[in-house]
Amino acid sequence: MAVQSAPETMEQVFKWEGSLDDLKGLVSERAITGETMLLNMGPHHPSTHGVLRVLLELDGEEIVTCLPDVGFLHTGIEKTIESKTYEKGVTLTDRMDYLAPMSNNMGYCLAVEKLVGLEVPYRAQIMRVICLELTRLNSHLVWLGTHAIDMGAMSVFLYAFREREMILKMFETLSGQRLMGSYMRPGGVWRDFPEGFLQTLESFLEYFQPKIDDYERLLTKNPLWIDRTQGIGVIEPEQAMAWGISGPSLRGSGVNWDLRKTMPYSSYEQFDFNVPVGEHGDVYDRYLVRILEMRESVKIIQQALKKLPAKGPFRSENRKFVPPPRAELGQSMEAVIHHFKLWTEGFSAPDEEVFVAIESPRGELGVYLHGTGGTKPRRIHFKTPSFVHISSLPIMTQGHLIADLVAIIGSVDVVLGDCDR
Amino acid sequence: MGVISSKLGNLGVVTTTLDTAINWGRNGAMWPLLFGLACCAIEYMGTQASNYDLSRFGMELNRASPRQADLLIVSGRLTRKMAPVVRQLYDQMADPKWVISMGDCASCGGVYNNYALVQGVDEVIPVDVYVAGCPPRPEQLLHGIITLHEKIKGDSIRHWAAPQEAIRV
Repeated sequence: MAVQSAPETMEQVFKWEGSLDDLKGLVSERAITGETMLLNMGPHHPSTHGVLRVLLELDGEEIVTCLPDVGFLHTGIEKTIESKTYEKGVTLTDRMDYLAPMSNNMGYCLAVEKLVGLEVPYRAQIMRVICLELTRLNSHLVWLGTHAIDMGAMSVFLYAFREREMILKMFETLSGQRLMGSYMRPGGVWRDFPEGFLQTLESFLEYFQPKIDDYERLLTKNPLWIDRTQGIGVIEPEQAMAWGISGPSLRGSGVNWDLRKTMPYSSYEQFDFNVPVGEHGDVYDRYLVRILEMRESVKIIQQALKKLPAKGPFRSENRKFVPPPRAELGQSMEAVIHHFKLWTEGFSAPDEEVFVAIESPRGELGVYLHGTGGTKPRRIHFKTPSFVHISSLPIMTQGHLIADLVAIIGSVDVVLGDCDR
Repeated sequence: MGVISSKLGNLGVVTTTLDTAINWGRNGAMWPLLFGLACCAIEYMGTQASNYDLSRFGMELNRASPRQADLLIVSGRLTRKMAPVVRQLYDQMADPKWVISMGDCASCGGVYNNYALVQGVDEVIPVDVYVAGCPPRPEQLLHGIITLHEKIKGDSIRHWAAPQEAIRV
């Protein structure tokens, strides 16, 4: 296919409107003859969770075909990272899946650490686990709020954001930024937990646990919620695996697959937690799985607080990769050299390729990284869960009503920044 | 006299200029378009939600249709594929309409100087207020909104046809 230039006019963007021949093979023959209706939904739509566009073929109100069109948020992050040193790349990974920035940081840092063979101190690993699980809570709270608001339950949104604001405040004390902290760096984390952070975290967890019951009281047995979610968007376990669905959306179908258990990273193997698994693979089960995951996350953070050593390095001390702390610069010439070297040129990584995968709140986040032998990567690619989940929308929505599409999009928890990058 | 007649039920007379009355109305109930692009949209949602409560400014009513909205908050990075869509949304909004460019990406391309992004939303549509930050805190967005309100207060019906200048915060 020839390379197309960026669209300049509306006509180029919505080319489908005029030429149905382009759609042959994608929609049924009935759409070509005009028996069924083609309807455009998005990219500006309140319930597509961002700038997702779907082209729907409708028989009455029933969905015959659903064609997702992605790329409205394609930012070129992978290409931009190729021109950054390994340390600077972290900043860009934040902005992919903007509901779970720390998970992106983590995947990227693990890939860099694997590429250069950098060890992470035990304390830093536990600190990372705390941050990752807080991020999971943060992401699931936004999902819960927006998913509920799509289905007409406004109050859950307000409650969920109230608690989320507390998590963001904690992130701010950690990194100075509410959302895009870039707190994780190759070799550990940026700085130690500030004073009083652990006490704040403990009191937050105590406050938060009963709040999950509150959300459940509003939704789980609510007949309206059950009507809108049970039996909707069913995906069988075999189908889900064949499409590459991962994370809570896969576990909602009854497949026990969680990378924190199956391929543990960052000392997750030392934690005792359950992997919630659904049964029916519908919207309701995916909802339950995420709610239970929030409870498990709280458990993991509580265990991590017990495991966290009181003292110890929060970042690797290997000065070939990790810049020395400011205090050392006044005392050691070597530290000055390392500081200068790392902040101007950066560290070099071998001409090899690595792949690591982590369990982000949305599912399996894979990072493929290829070094050049120099200080910048040759290629980095993210295998993101949202992309996979959007591509499986057609099979989930088939035969459902158009109102159910909103429920299904919400239930697989897509983030378009994660999908398009 | 004024106080007594109010108590009796006669509300009396308030004198003002037509400009002030119109601008008061425009400031008090500005309906934003329910529109989000990227990370900044999450902070925008946070501004809407419990803690920051945008309804204090009469802005809790997000309209999903551009034809019912007064304010377009471009929240996030604008890609080349999305740019014509935003332009069309802006064109579909009825006058008077305002635009806030929220965040660095929308204001100037931010950290992405590459093939995919429009380097600032003002290449596509006119912008009234720029809000810096990546993403801006809700307080920063609120400051941008209040700045816009201040700007509107200075408007006069005599200048309706005249082009408006941008304010940078």
